[in-house]
Amino acid sequence: MRAPEPVAERVSDPAKLERVFELRGLSAWYGAAQALRNITFDIPKNRVTAIIGPSGCGKSTLIRCLDRMNDLIPGFRAEGHVTYHDEDIYGPAADPVLLRRHIGMVFQKPNPFPKSVFDNVAFGPRINGYTGNMHEVVEGSLRRAVLWDEVKDKLGTSGLALSGGQQQRLCIARALAVEPDVLLMDEPCSALDPIATYRIEELITDLARDYSIVIVTHNMQQASRVSDLTAFLLAGEERTGELVEFGPTRDLFTRPADERTEAYITGRFG
Amino acid sequence: MSAAVAERMRWRPTVAGRRRSGRLFLLLCYAATAVGILALVVLLADTLIKGAPGLSWQFLTSYPSRFAERSGLLAALVGTFYVAVIVVAVAFPIGIASAVWLEEYVSPGPLRRILETNIGNLAGVPSIIYGMLGLAVFVRALSLQRSLLAGGLTIAILVLPIVIINAQEALRAVPSGLRHASFALGATRWETIRHHVLPAALPGILTGTILALSRAIGEAAPIILISSIAFIAFLPDSLLDSFTILPIQIFIWVSKPQAAFHAIAASAIIVLLVMLLTMNAVAIVLRDRARRGVGW
Amino acid sequence: MTGEQRTIHSRAALDEGLVSLQRQLRTLASHVDVAIERGVLALERLDRRAAQRVIAEDGRINELRFKIEDDAIHLIAMQQPIAGDLRLIVAVLSILPELERIGDYCAGIAKVVLLHEDRPLLKPLVDVPRMAQLCREMLRDAIDAFISRDAERARAVGLRDDEVDRLYDQVYRELLTFMLNDPRTIDRATWLIWVAHNLERIGDRVQNICERTVYEATGVMREFTREERPEHE
Repeated sequence: MRAPEPVAERVSDPAKLERVFELRGLSAWYGAAQALRNITFDIPKNRVTAIIGPSGCGKSTLIRCLDRMNDLIPGFRAEGHVTYHDEDIYGPAADPVLLRRHIGMVFQKPNPFPKSVFDNVAFGPRINGYTGNMHEVVEGSLRRAVLWDEVKDKLGTSGLALSGGQQQRLCIARALAVEPDVLLMDEPCSALDPIATYRIEELITDLARDYSIVIVTHNMQQASRVSDLTAFLLAGEERTGELVEFGPTRDLFTRPADERTEAYITGRFG
Repeated sequence: MSAAVAERMRWRPTVAGRRRSGRLFLLLCYAATAVGILALVVLLADTLIKGAPGLSWQFLTSYPSRFAERSGLLAALVGTFYVAVIVVAVAFPIGIASAVWLEEYVSPGPLRRILETNIGNLAGVPSIIYGMLGLAVFVRALSLQRSLLAGGLTIAILVLPIVIINAQEALRAVPSGLRHASFALGATRWETIRHHVLPAALPGILTGTILALSRAIGEAAPIILISSIAFIAFLPDSLLDSFTILPIQIFIWVSKPQAAFHAIAASAIIVLLVMLLTMNAVAIVLRDRARRGVGW
Repeated sequence: MTGEQRTIHSRAALDEGLVSLQRQLRTLASHVDVAIERGVLALERLDRRAAQRVIAEDGRINELRFKIEDDAIHLIAMQQPIAGDLRLIVAVLSILPELERIGDYCAGIAKVVLLHEDRPLLKPLVDVPRMAQLCREMLRDAIDAFISRDAERARAVGLRDDEVDRLYDQVYRELLTFMLNDPRTIDRATWLIWVAHNLERIGDRVQNICERTVYEATGVMREFTREERPEHE
């Protein structure tokens, strides 16, 4: 009777996987309050990486550091390095606007623009100077988000008229339209019903073939269903998040290395 | 009685007493509202009775004269219209741009707090002070004389704080998710404002605009200082010409001893009220449509 | 209102379920332990009625095994355990069939009593009761080690199976001699070899339980036979 395979085939050895982000000593502050301390790990390419942890541990802060969305929050400051395509995105030469085109983001509450479905998807390409066939881009993105069949006859209707799950898929299509290579998802299913949630999870697994996906979730089962690797963040009393454990999801959820990880994922936390 | 019932009776036996105090309070509210409405109704009735007979097309298209039966609102209406145009042309662009800058570009902090506090204070400054400001700056320092331009600019400055505050509220009401989504697609701040924030805030801004305008055309005090309370029986030829406005015309007629002039003053009041009510109604319709998200 | 401190024990239902599973496992193990004792005792005395009781008891052992299994499945479905909790339940599920098989072996020993009918034992039993004693001690210690997740203790218990195996070889050779000397003893000698073989198998099953315990505690599955006894290679 042999032990089960210690790592999944998709994640044979994390150290050998090609990386899309390298975080080194990332720390972040909102004014005087430190939200993250010394986060160091690598996010691999074309895999789904989940970030889990109790509320207030800094998961959202961490994911928003990856596309510099935190810059929009007054008083925010980051130290350390985040390397993306061999460049430090917090370096002096980095342009956040350009960065955000290549790193798509989907938010917790679906936020389609109050425009038509078509214009929602077309906005990104238009703003970034796309000069090709817009209909192709819109159809392609909606197909990739598995929404085309449901909206192909009503591209002119308002994005807000769709159901919650459809709105979220519209937001995904919108993000995909500018052809990013990374998709960041901040609790994308927490505002959705279970059926819509499962559809989005399936979509995520499918998208991971072409994109690198980072997903923040507070739902343990979702992290274990959907992700290849998982990072567990924990904040102490000072509410500063630190990385406790990072590894293949299969290992983290069957035999976590750190007892705090085990306490959290089995629900015996505090 | 059973133990259970006795137990329940430990809690006040009936709700009737509590309901009574509620009803009393409701009654007091009705009474208070009635007082306000009654006062308004009495004023309106008085005005309508006095002024309705004087309303006619001739009334609206004649110049004022020494004779009450031949006096009309033409000069005042045209003057009011020109002032409104100047206010729109000057206060709205400046006001909306200021609001956008404050709300979207300046980060919260001491600078913003100081600016917003001061703007709020300015909104509460008595209009006569603005009149004095207009007199000193526009009429005298800039040598614009007692002209339409000076009057219009003065009123524009008067409503500017209101426009800014309203526009800021409208911008603030735009959900931040919209901005985030736009930024996340690689849009610049200006692109986000132009394509998403302003269009979404537009109904709110327009509503505030119309309300500011209705305030503007009802202001008499500053114009009393700027313009002369002269007998204006002509239409202004240029921006630097003399002018009069509706509230001032009303003031002039009310100040005359003859009852006939009081009557046509009442008629003029009706005209002013109709204008104000119409503008407010338009503002409410716009706000409704904006809330329901209906396209225009 | 009364100022008492109440804390929420998260996963209380899961914890109670896990404790219950382990408690029931211990109960099952003690039933099996008694079955070994009574089975061999019935053989020593050729007590037919005692033997029949052992065979009947095996039915109850099987029932308990399936009840524990049902409880475990129920716990998984209702509580969605993961990590250590899930591994514990899976370990319990893997030990159940081992215990049930041991019960079957005891019933097999009891059946040998019935086969004898009115014939006497071939020889007074010395090694067989010794094997049974060792097995019972091993079983008790193995279950203790599992419940307390003590890998060291489990490893030590597992190694004691060597002694059981050695005794089996001894019994086998002795009975072989009997059969060679007097062919009329072949029947009864064969039955006794069968009993000794059952006991040897019981020892192996207990060793499996020990291997499982070590795996649970360390994450490494190593069979005792290969690693721990280099002289057999």
